[in-house]
Amino acid sequence: MYAIEADNLHRTYRTSSGWIRRTRRTITAVDGVSFQVPPGELFGLLGPNGAGKTTTIKILNTLLLPTGGTARIHGLDVTRHTAEVRRRIGYVFGGDRGLYDRLSALDNLRYFAELYEVDPRVQRRRIEELLELVGLTGRQKERVEGYSRGMKQRLHIARGLLHDPDVIFLDEPTLGVDPVAARDLRAMIAELVRSGRTVLLTTHYMFEAEELCDRIGVITSGRMRALGTPGELKRHAQDRVVVEAEVYGVDEEQLDALRAERGVRGVTVDQRGMLQVIVVQCDIDGDAEPERFRSFVRQSLAHLKLGRVEVREPTLEDAYVGIVTGQEAAAPETTAVLS
Amino acid sequence: MNARRSLPRRLPRLLAVGLRTHIVYLSRSPLEILVALIEPLIFATIAVYLFRAGDRPGELLSAAVGAGLMGIWASVLFGSGAAIQNQRWMGVLEPLAAAPVPLVLVFLPITLASAAVGAYALLATLIWGVLLFGVPLDFADPLAFVAAVPATVLSLGMVGLLLAASFVLLPNANALANSLSYPVWMMSGMLVPVDVLPAWSAPLSAALPSKWGADALRAAVTGGDAWPPILICLAVGLCYLVLGALMMTWVERRARDTATLALA
Ligand SMILES: Nc1ncnc2c1ncn2[C@@H]1O[C@H](COP(=O)(O)OP(=O)(O)O)[C@@H](O)[C@H]1O
Ligand SMILES: [Mg+2]
Repeated sequence: MYAIEADNLHRTYRTSSGWIRRTRRTITAVDGVSFQVPPGELFGLLGPNGAGKTTTIKILNTLLLPTGGTARIHGLDVTRHTAEVRRRIGYVFGGDRGLYDRLSALDNLRYFAELYEVDPRVQRRRIEELLELVGLTGRQKERVEGYSRGMKQRLHIARGLLHDPDVIFLDEPTLGVDPVAARDLRAMIAELVRSGRTVLLTTHYMFEAEELCDRIGVITSGRMRALGTPGELKRHAQDRVVVEAEVYGVDEEQLDALRAERGVRGVTVDQRGMLQVIVVQCDIDGDAEPERFRSFVRQSLAHLKLGRVEVREPTLEDAYVGIVTGQEAAAPETTAVLS
Repeated sequence: MNARRSLPRRLPRLLAVGLRTHIVYLSRSPLEILVALIEPLIFATIAVYLFRAGDRPGELLSAAVGAGLMGIWASVLFGSGAAIQNQRWMGVLEPLAAAPVPLVLVFLPITLASAAVGAYALLATLIWGVLLFGVPLDFADPLAFVAAVPATVLSLGMVGLLLAASFVLLPNANALANSLSYPVWMMSGMLVPVDVLPAWSAPLSAALPSKWGADALRAAVTGGDAWPPILICLAVGLCYLVLGALMMTWVERRARDTATLALA
């Protein structure tokens, strides 16, 4: 039996704005998402902002009802066996809200331990263990309002684990956390999986997904675009090269000219201070091709102040960017295609 | 994993921990502290002058008690309204709603906590009355008074639950809370005796536990049998608990349907 099953999930939001003339809109946030996660797996849900990751998680953790489709946790339907599902799952979200900040960490944990039905006889020990696990031992009597972002996030995790759930949902747990704290959090997440829990993690940091996840689902506009192991997703970009160019002052028009070239799959720009790094993804079907693309990019940008121009192998990040910008499906023989 | 106890066995502890948590939380709010210090003073002053003007000095204590009751109601009304909104702002409404415990049992301690803060307002109003205006503390039945206060607090906390359930759905709950404070003061006989009100309002008054609480407190102060109104007060409160529980169940379902748990 799967730990998590999503079966053709749909969710739309109805919003209205304006006072006098109310305009109503329907937003499709999740548009037919299906996947299965076996017990003990760390499954990553990856996608840009607004892709529908949080909505998918909230359907799975019973906070939202789906407008279509079904979902099960260990075979239990999330809309029909809500209380039973809640006892088996933990939910941790990123950001610094979601705690009583005028209370101490200890008071927060005691309160939620009660709400999450932790046996009073084991509460004290359980809370001590968790404080130890998330590295807050010694600070538990301080008010949460004085905590750093990283400490709050770790307290969040402790709260989510109070009732010892075996399925854990982590929605962008490293959001806004400094790099060192984020690394600690990732180590903690890896440890959860090692101890046998099933974890569903959302992130928009590719390296985070690559480092942690057994399998990754890439979601954009509410649809699953590709699903597979990091290796499988990378292979998805195997008949491709990437030309990376450092340049100053490139504009949209010049980028469009690059995009129009035969064999160019996608062009993205990364602004690093004054410097722009242009990443051109190119399809290749011959040995001479990589050099051809390199000279092409060099020539197209020749009139600008140009730095290093290099050809390199595609990374998982490139595969991801390719999937998201091209909204293309992965090769069927290597990954499950869902669209 | 540890064996789960049945809900009835866990209930007392669940309520106690919830009550403690939320009273501690409220006691650390600067605004709450300010209100708790100033409001009873104002209520005591109003009560005393109202009754001096009415030339009924013998009923000063009764007036101060009525004013204190206004404090409990104000606290329940704004406490329940603001508490739910606050949970949403703090982002804890989702973790609260995701708990396996029924949402009604999550919110009951929150509304009881604001009623309990109101009980402090009643005491503070009495103390101000004694200190500033020399209100005599001569209770006809001190024991009944000591029983009537928690009974009133408990029932009003249950009214708060129904309000809280309704407020979860409303984006501007505070406006509603404002418009509910004065009518309830009037209809419960906190400001003037209910028998001077028009006849049509009598059934409405009877449906408010605060009316029975006020009757009980007044009887305990001036003489008369305080116990029947205490029991009625609790019984009416229980009706609100049942209504609140039904409403909360419906509201939770609806919030999951319309995505109103998070601060969107
Ligand atoms: N409560 C809501 N009401 C209306 N629209 C919403 C609500 N929550 C999310 N959305 C919209 O649904 C889409 C998906 O959002 P979300 O699931 O939060 O994406 P992600 O977590 O991948 O960033 C977005 O377009 C977002 O604006
Ligand atoms: Mg999100």
